[in-house]
Amino acid sequence: MLELRQLSKNFGGLKVLEGIDLVVPDGGIHGLIGPNGAGKTTLFNIITGLYEPSGGSVTFDGQSLVGRRPHRITRLGLARTFQNIRVFKEMTLLENVVVGMHRHLDYGAAGWLFATKNYRAQEKRARERALELLSWVKLDHQAHDLADNLSYGNQRKLELARALATEPKLLLLDEPVAGMNSVEKTELMREIDAIAARGYTVLLIEHDMRFVMGLCSRIGVLNFGRIIADGAPDAIRNDPRVIEAYLGRDEDEDDLTREHPVHLPDLSGDFPALGSPTTLDIEARR
Amino acid sequence: MDWFNNFWSVYSNVVLTLGINGLLALSIWLTLACGMLSIGNAAFMGVGAYTAALVTMNLGWPFPIALLFGMVSPAVLAFIIGKPVLRLSGIYLAMATLGFGEVVRITLLNWDSLTGGALGLNGIPQLTEWWHVLIALVATLLVLWRLRRSKVGRAFEAIKEDDTAAGLMGVDVANTKLLAFVLGAAIAGLAGGLDAHLTFFIGPQEFGFDRGVDILTMAILGGIGGLPGPIIGAAILTLLPEVLRSLRDFRLVVNGLILVVIVLFLPKGIWDPQRVRTWLRMKPRGSRRSTLVAKTDLH
Repeated sequence: MLELRQLSKNFGGLKVLEGIDLVVPDGGIHGLIGPNGAGKTTLFNIITGLYEPSGGSVTFDGQSLVGRRPHRITRLGLARTFQNIRVFKEMTLLENVVVGMHRHLDYGAAGWLFATKNYRAQEKRARERALELLSWVKLDHQAHDLADNLSYGNQRKLELARALATEPKLLLLDEPVAGMNSVEKTELMREIDAIAARGYTVLLIEHDMRFVMGLCSRIGVLNFGRIIADGAPDAIRNDPRVIEAYLGRDEDEDDLTREHPVHLPDLSGDFPALGSPTTLDIEARR
Repeated sequence: MDWFNNFWSVYSNVVLTLGINGLLALSIWLTLACGMLSIGNAAFMGVGAYTAALVTMNLGWPFPIALLFGMVSPAVLAFIIGKPVLRLSGIYLAMATLGFGEVVRITLLNWDSLTGGALGLNGIPQLTEWWHVLIALVATLLVLWRLRRSKVGRAFEAIKEDDTAAGLMGVDVANTKLLAFVLGAAIAGLAGGLDAHLTFFIGPQEFGFDRGVDILTMAILGGIGGLPGPIIGAAILTLLPEVLRSLRDFRLVVNGLILVVIVLFLPKGIWDPQRVRTWLRMKPRGSRRSTLVAKTDLH
């Protein structure tokens, strides 16, 4: 469905992405992980048309996305959420989601000017669909509140509903659970799983290992602008290169942790409900 | 009816100016509602005024046609300069439109053969009746009210809040901005055409920087959160100098002071739907709420 070939991006002399090859097949939930600054969000920004790649190709359903403006890419069936939340704060939840339906509302100037039958029917349908999408993320009871009044976690969910409103084939989620507590995370995990079950393909970036391991069928690992591993969660979990990327190499690890205690991602423990149990042999390695 | 005739003979000009200023405030509201700080509307008004006046004076065509030309010519101009200029945003767009305004003013000043240069156009037939202004204002309000309730209005609002997110929701940001810019220019041109046929005389100095700031002040003062805002702002800025006439020399000082106080205490303008909403919410919630939402959605 989505195919990146030899994709690279430089900001001046800084190589942020180099020779990225990534294929997202139709269906399922796919993850992209990597330490901070690995280039994950840059990759999303290139896919959605906010940045131009310095080299390589991005194709979606056989059509090249390079050089297309963001709204055209969205209209091809690709939607995203943002790491730093970008809901329309002064609008109600319902209006936020209806904005996502912009391209599906098919009436001309005469339609809205004279409130024709077609206009009214389409607006009504859009509102009903928006309520339905809000109910998918369990926000329908707040549909007429201002988005600004929502909690952080709920604003993320609203973004998800708004992205779904564009009727995408592929949904890109940029750190969907950042800033959420564990109850909210479990809840959102179920909701994303349900969304994928409805036939949407999902590609998500995440720091939370348990979340990614529990949810994704395939995971790509990005480090210093390169894909260093790609495969099923179990394989990723035990991949020495991945462990190195996250935890550092054996020989300098002792010094590092003594000088600046690093916060290691918690790869052990199993996440409730979904996916396979995730017990790791990281402890043993250390 | 005597008192009315007296009142009208003295104040008809103020009332009609109020209507024209209302149109101007709405024209800039349209661009502000789409998140663009454009202060070129005085120039668009000038282009509309000169075009309409020239059509009636030189060609002798009927007034409605003149007004139509007065709307179309600034709209075409806005379309041409809009493509490059609207790539800018924030203060940079303000600077660019300011520069455009100066270009228009200097052009009007120096194109002697057509515009009469610094002397301006004299002897424009006084064709503007009170009901022309009323119809123009009501029609503009109606169109804008309908627009706000459509996908176009929602796209404007989305762009105002976050144009990157709006683009990624499938909204064609560049063309939507251009639409707001062109429509705003057409409304300003309409106001200019009406104004020219009200005042007998127009000169290039009328459409300079001061006018641009005045128009912006009306919209900001009234509040850009809804359609009533610009009208309220226009009314205050038109009527305040009249009301304060008895203060003579101190008139402008007090006028400015009042504006400063309003802006200090009501930073979102006088008409702020959200504040109205919270005021109304202090009353018991529940069944009232749905009607409330329907009401506030209108603005």
